[in-house]
Amino acid sequence: MRFMFKTDYEDDIRLFPHSGYVVTYGVLLALLLIAPHVLSSYLMSQLVFVCIYAIVGVALLILTGFTGQASLGHAAFLAIGAYTAAYLQKYNVPFPVYFLAAGLLTGIIGAMVGFPALRLTGIYLVIATISFALIVEEILARWESVTHGNEGMRVKTLSLLGVAVPRDSPTFYYLCLAVLVLTIVGTLNLLRSPTGRAFVAIRDSETAARSMGVNVALYKVKSFAISAAITGFAGVLFAHKLSFISPEMFTLQLSIEFIIVILIGGTFSLHGAVLGAIFIVMIDPFLTYLKDDMPGIIAGIAATFGAGTATAGNIQSSVAAFASLNGLKGAIYGIIIVLFVLFEPLGLYGRWLKIKLFFQLFPLYKRATFKRQKIYVKSERNR
Amino acid sequence: MLDFVQQLVSGVALGCVYGLIALGFVLVYKATEVVNFAQGDLMMLGGFFAFTFIGMMGLNYWIGFAGAVAAMALFGMVAERVVVRPILGYPQFSIIMATIGLGYFLRSVAGMIWGTDDLKIETPFSRGVLRMGSLVLAYDKLSVIAATMILCALLWLFFNKTMLGTAMRASSENMLAAYYMGIPVKRVVSVVWAISAAVATCAGVLLAPITFIHSNVGLVLGLKAFPAAVLGGFGSIPGAVVGGVLIGVIESMAGFYLPEGWKDVAPYVVLLTVLLLKPEGLFGLHVRKKV
Repeated sequence: MRFMFKTDYEDDIRLFPHSGYVVTYGVLLALLLIAPHVLSSYLMSQLVFVCIYAIVGVALLILTGFTGQASLGHAAFLAIGAYTAAYLQKYNVPFPVYFLAAGLLTGIIGAMVGFPALRLTGIYLVIATISFALIVEEILARWESVTHGNEGMRVKTLSLLGVAVPRDSPTFYYLCLAVLVLTIVGTLNLLRSPTGRAFVAIRDSETAARSMGVNVALYKVKSFAISAAITGFAGVLFAHKLSFISPEMFTLQLSIEFIIVILIGGTFSLHGAVLGAIFIVMIDPFLTYLKDDMPGIIAGIAATFGAGTATAGNIQSSVAAFASLNGLKGAIYGIIIVLFVLFEPLGLYGRWLKIKLFFQLFPLYKRATFKRQKIYVKSERNR
Repeated sequence: MLDFVQQLVSGVALGCVYGLIALGFVLVYKATEVVNFAQGDLMMLGGFFAFTFIGMMGLNYWIGFAGAVAAMALFGMVAERVVVRPILGYPQFSIIMATIGLGYFLRSVAGMIWGTDDLKIETPFSRGVLRMGSLVLAYDKLSVIAATMILCALLWLFFNKTMLGTAMRASSENMLAAYYMGIPVKRVVSVVWAISAAVATCAGVLLAPITFIHSNVGLVLGLKAFPAAVLGGFGSIPGAVVGGVLIGVIESMAGFYLPEGWKDVAPYVVLLTVLLLKPEGLFGLHVRKKV
């Protein structure tokens, strides 16, 4: 166990508290940089999606995790970013310009959503953001002169400073990784600045924050705008990665997926966004793998436990039939969400912290350290 | 003018369905301050149960209806016990996510069991119309309106006049204080979930002749029921129905008089406007914030 003596405030807010952080994150970055030379092209493609989902996850964490404003409408911000990129690209606007323009436009729209959200809390805010997302989806489908309606829009290959960057190339992956790293570093800096402190204060108690002189309305709108702008950047990358966008890609389902990213990763730290993104993106190949290989494995186990060849074959075919049932993926999704909410409310990063603490304190670990406090419901109506 | 009345009636009928789903939201919210995002899916499941009893097993319509309601009430209790009770008292957001997960699960499982085709139930109201002058009203729509009125009245009486209803209101105001007063809060919450699942089933069965039953019907209608519940103030039983009817009428008028595309958006535009101007809804209580 390492003891750190903090002698001033600068020590307390340092990005890398000690040299160990530099080493571990340096190694991680090095591994990510050599990844394109090691991994297969399919896994690389998934890794790009991990980056994009993680960027959105960070954006949602700023809003939901740190400011305490839930949103089920982030797919709409992603869509606005993606469509801005696709539209401006038609007029040969260079990438850096439309990348920034998409973020700016999404940020402005985010602030516009933030204003009505000022008077709303809890469930009302969730419903308002859902409505906003549904309205945006309908606008995308109807505003045919700009968005081509339900036919969708084709997105041309990204060209950066005159060099074409195809969506499967390592350069595109490096671009996404760079945006992700910049977003994370930027967010970390934001969170240790007065603005970030104000966000956290609002999350913990709005009334207390106000009485300490925090301008709650201003910071809530700021939080919405920043979160939306980051999602807009992710939208540009998303559009280029898919090379084709249409309104039905940006449904409520996608917004729920983004919330699941931070829910599974853990809503109290930026690590959560990345871990959750890895989980959500990698669950698809994992389920496909299970579907293909599980029947054989189960039949093999049955055979070792003395089942005859005929029985083992029967088991194999019935497991295979079950695995290829329509909608199994949705059911597994549902179960995963419920299980995480019930048994791992701090998410994957919370589990990692628990394991770390277990070894640090070795014989002295107490489960109660991470026990949530139960608040018996008092009506919001007279809270 | 005739068009207008015709649109009005079909809007009211549609709105009553939204109202019935919104009633389920409101019941659970009133008793536990939890918003059940799986309410629409409970309705879908109720419709499938009724289809199994009536369409597949060939039972009489009313017996099948009652059987579906009873089965779903039981299912509501089980869902509450497994998913909601362990996290009651934790932040509202976790409970919302848990019910969203439950909804996902129910949709997929229903799709696996009953397939993805549109199913139809033969009801006594499926055919036949009521003619008043040149106005033609279908029985299936009238049955929805009548049933909604009856259910709403029954539930209002239950909440305001019976002992159990009072206990429910008490446990929603302050769960801990309700415990101290000897109210079996856990059982009360169970009963609320059973009732809301039963109400959802009624909506599902009544809806069956109008829109068919398929595994996504709950999601589609559930999302429309949110504006209804918010419009009514999310804590008021008559409010939910009035809100539902308003949303239904707005939707069907927008579909008739406004250009294409407005029909699906109009309820949400109204919702956002209401949230902007009067966040507590039409029938909501005034809120004062304390630390």
